[in-house]
Amino acid sequence: MTQDIRMRAEGYSLFYGDFKALNNISLDIPLNRITAFIGPSGCGKSTFLRSFNRMNDLIPGVTTEGKVFLDGRDISKEDVVDLRRKVGMVFQRPNPFPKSIFDNVAYGPRLHGVKNRSDLAVIVEKSLKAAALWEEVRDDLHKSGLAISGGQQQRLCIARAIAVEPEVILMDEPASALDPVATLKIEELMNQLKKNYTIAIVTHNMQQAARVSDYTAFLLTDENRAGNLIEFGPTRQIFTTPSDERTEDYISGRFG
Amino acid sequence: MAFSLLWLTGALSVLIMLFVVGYIMIQGLPGINVEFFTTSPRGGLSGDGGIFSTIVTTFYMVVVTLAVATPLGVGAAIYLTEYSENAESIIVRKLVSAARFGVETLAGVPSIIFGLFGYALFVSALNLGFSIASASLAGACLIIPVIIRTTEEALKSVPVSYREGSLSLGATRWETVWKVVLPSAFPGISTGILLSAGRIVSETAIFFVTLGGSYRVPHSLLSGGRTMALHVYYLAMETRAFDKAMSTAAVLVALIVLMNLSINIITSRISARSR
Repeated sequence: MTQDIRMRAEGYSLFYGDFKALNNISLDIPLNRITAFIGPSGCGKSTFLRSFNRMNDLIPGVTTEGKVFLDGRDISKEDVVDLRRKVGMVFQRPNPFPKSIFDNVAYGPRLHGVKNRSDLAVIVEKSLKAAALWEEVRDDLHKSGLAISGGQQQRLCIARAIAVEPEVILMDEPASALDPVATLKIEELMNQLKKNYTIAIVTHNMQQAARVSDYTAFLLTDENRAGNLIEFGPTRQIFTTPSDERTEDYISGRFG
Repeated sequence: MAFSLLWLTGALSVLIMLFVVGYIMIQGLPGINVEFFTTSPRGGLSGDGGIFSTIVTTFYMVVVTLAVATPLGVGAAIYLTEYSENAESIIVRKLVSAARFGVETLAGVPSIIFGLFGYALFVSALNLGFSIASASLAGACLIIPVIIRTTEEALKSVPVSYREGSLSLGATRWETVWKVVLPSAFPGISTGILLSAGRIVSETAIFFVTLGGSYRVPHSLLSGGRTMALHVYYLAMETRAFDKAMSTAAVLVALIVLMNLSINIITSRISARSR
């Protein structure tokens, strides 16, 4: 594929103590595209996603082998605070802070030194617009982030991630806790966002992967319960003419 | 049958409590007037005078003790819940589990033991004498385990997802603790601090051996004094003014009830918010 690469994993393995959870995974996350990680529960796709912003560092006893790169630089050598500013994350369950909508979005910019109230107001408006939430909350910015619906909360979390102007947004099953209408909104939003951001998404919903993603990675556990990358390529190819039998079995719903 | 038995035990314990409080109020309230609050005890066998200096001493004791114990207790709890799990060195991990065990044990030690310790260390060895300083430091030792435990509980009740959300935006651990975790845990932490303030108001034994018993208004941290609870003890045991003891007790009971009410208000706010 002739496509600029934003992030890359090279021979990446991850261990919880002695247990190997990810085995020797290499793949590229292309610039301004949506890359989906699919696979059955427990295949390590979320753990793999969390490797790209080093969230796994927070778990005691985790060690890794191999490398992950952002724009060609080894992320293990970067300052983790800088890395997480560049690689944002949206979680499975909407997790707004118990603060106002405004303060939720302004949280990241404030951390990174924006103090001026009117500068913050500009960032908040821009981010909420980018997350397709502005029209719904423009008059309620002082309202608690917990007082809006689940779908709105998840878009608020997306706005919060956008507000620090990341390069990559990682989404860990961002719609799994939402109803179909809210899910559709998030999917439309992702299509909008990929113009400016590189997105990697974990999903257990194959239709969703097929609908929104440009590239798909299929992960599966081996006989030692370690997650392996089985196949990676353009989404259409993975879903129509997979080269691995296991991918075809999973896509066609024979297991998982 | 079982139900009516349970009902009976419940009714009985409420009755006993009402009887105790009611008895103190009936005996104590008639002696309470403005003068009772604004004059200090005159000392001596008669037990004449009011409780002004004991209110001042109680206030100082609560403020100074909390000023010492709150930063230490809350800080220790933050370390234990937010940082200790990521400690790599085996020695640190051993120390952490020792500290946990220590906190559990100390929380159950009778207050007079802290009093003896305070007498030996602060009053004698450090030469602080019978004073607010000695008594507050001993009192801090008594309530630090309480503050650590309640703060730990409050911190643990803050969802992990808040921490993840903050860290994923590029916040450091400390920024996450300061800006997200502590504000969310604040009601729980303040409940613990209020409970501790209640301990300081109501303890007697520990202050008997560290605060002295001066009935004068304290003028510095090195002055001795007596808290209201201590004053009740002195009046009852060393004077003929049992009615004054009852009046002081009535004020003390009212104060404790007030503190517990404010704890209830805070906790009901928490549950209202998490709904």
